Amino acid sequence: MAKTTQTPDSAEATERGEGRKIRVLVAKPGLDGHDRGAKVIARALRDAGMEVIYTGIRQTPQMIVEGAIQEDVDAILMSILSGAHMAIFPKVMELLRASGVDDVLVMAGGILPDEDIPAIKAMGIRGNFGPGTPMSTIIEYVRANVRPERLSQDLPPLAASGTPIEPVEDAAANAPSQRQAE
Amino acid sequence: MSTPPSTSTSTSTPPIVERLLVGDRRALARVVTLVENNAPEARHILAQLHAHGGRAHIVGVTGSPGAGKSTLVTGLARELRRRDQRVGIVAVDPTSPFTGGAILGDRIRMQELAGDPGVFIRSMASRGSLGGLAAATREVVRALDAARYDTIIIETVGAGQAEVEIVRAAQTVVVVVVPGMGDDIQAIKAGILEIADIFVVNKADRPGADQTAAELRMLLSLAEDRRERPWRVPILKTVAASGQGVPELADKLAAHRDFLGASGQLADRSGRQARSEVLALLNQALLARVAATVGAEEWERLIEDVVARRADPYSAADQIARRIGLTPSSAAR
Repeated sequence: MAKTTQTPDSAEATERGEGRKIRVLVAKPGLDGHDRGAKVIARALRDAGMEVIYTGIRQTPQMIVEGAIQEDVDAILMSILSGAHMAIFPKVMELLRASGVDDVLVMAGGILPDEDIPAIKAMGIRGNFGPGTPMSTIIEYVRANVRPERLSQDLPPLAASGTPIEPVEDAAANAPSQRQAE
Repeated sequence: MSTPPSTSTSTSTPPIVERLLVGDRRALARVVTLVENNAPEARHILAQLHAHGGRAHIVGVTGSPGAGKSTLVTGLARELRRRDQRVGIVAVDPTSPFTGGAILGDRIRMQELAGDPGVFIRSMASRGSLGGLAAATREVVRALDAARYDTIIIETVGAGQAEVEIVRAAQTVVVVVVPGMGDDIQAIKAGILEIADIFVVNKADRPGADQTAAELRMLLSLAEDRRERPWRVPILKTVAASGQGVPELADKLAAHRDFLGASGQLADRSGRQARSEVLALLNQALLARVAATVGAEEWERLIEDVVARRADPYSAADQIARRIGLTPSSAAR
């Protein structure tokens, strides 16, 4: 019987859930359809208590960034196997910057050749989880690297928004962009 | 943790509200996050937004898992875009009761809407709420309404018989069923049959669609006398994946909205909603006051006394009521 005695205070806390949930957008950019890995990761993050917005395959950089904005996620995880990462990742980072999104942890996983890793890191993309990475590593990484101020109940004020995102059509136009590291 | 600043519903407009009102999508998304997490300033923001809402047509789409809700919502949004409406979508998916996590997958089927600045999609986890919605769904709709989305579509979690919470959040409720459910039609008749303003038999290219529609029509005719409203619930057949029947659905939605306005029901339900909302907030305020006045240990002790029959629940409540400034008689109502 004792456990049913709740103060109004704790009842209210229960009602609003036990604090802030980490929200992660999991996306598969590019044209390959092998989303097994992305799905396994999505499931693992869910089982770790996170809210995973799973967007599926063939995501353009615009779709990823627009999704991340609308869902106000704490982290983005891109899984890519097709080898198009050096075309897609810079575009994603550029769009995030252009939209004023500066507080989201951006991670990648999949087939990322060693020689590309320094360039990927320089873009500000973290994690870079290759095949065989234990799920616990990814989960811990997300927990440790999401911007802590995002998880406080009082979120920090929003950075000024940059130029609005352009329509999807011009995706290919400036895809292989010359990235300026940092 | 820090308790919300008591009732600071002052008149200053926070910058985030101004940005939301001029169409800044990041501001809208952030407001939704604040509201969803019951952040201290959410209340103030929502208070500010209230004056800017009330225009949107709020449509609920519910039905069993796999009925095609997401696909239908996508098709509907596309059709409404063609009619020059801005569309907000709130898609609710279940939170795992075991881990507290959730996979929100509605965007997968809504891919073709991505990149359209006239569409805003937000996925919400139910976070333990029953009834098919998330606790903050109505508040999130309020934010979308203030951001001037013309139609706001709420997609519930896959619903069975009892998830009827959507009636309290939406103005027009669309119930989606699929052919070949056999006796499942019977199963829905008690719960979601009664809340439908429009029925959609989706996947109507499958065998049995006509029969399902006929069964629904029969069930409706049996239920008709219990509905005092003169709206005849239409039964539409759609193939959401190909878009077939979706323009007709958009037509019926508009017709229902007109009906609600003309019959005075829109005003009635706004009144009901406002009343229940103010009461709920009052309730919260009272409980917060109680929590602030009566400490946790004292509360435990009181409850124990009642359990052990040293005190009775009525006197216990009276005693607390007196301490927060209510006279026992008014507390006893």
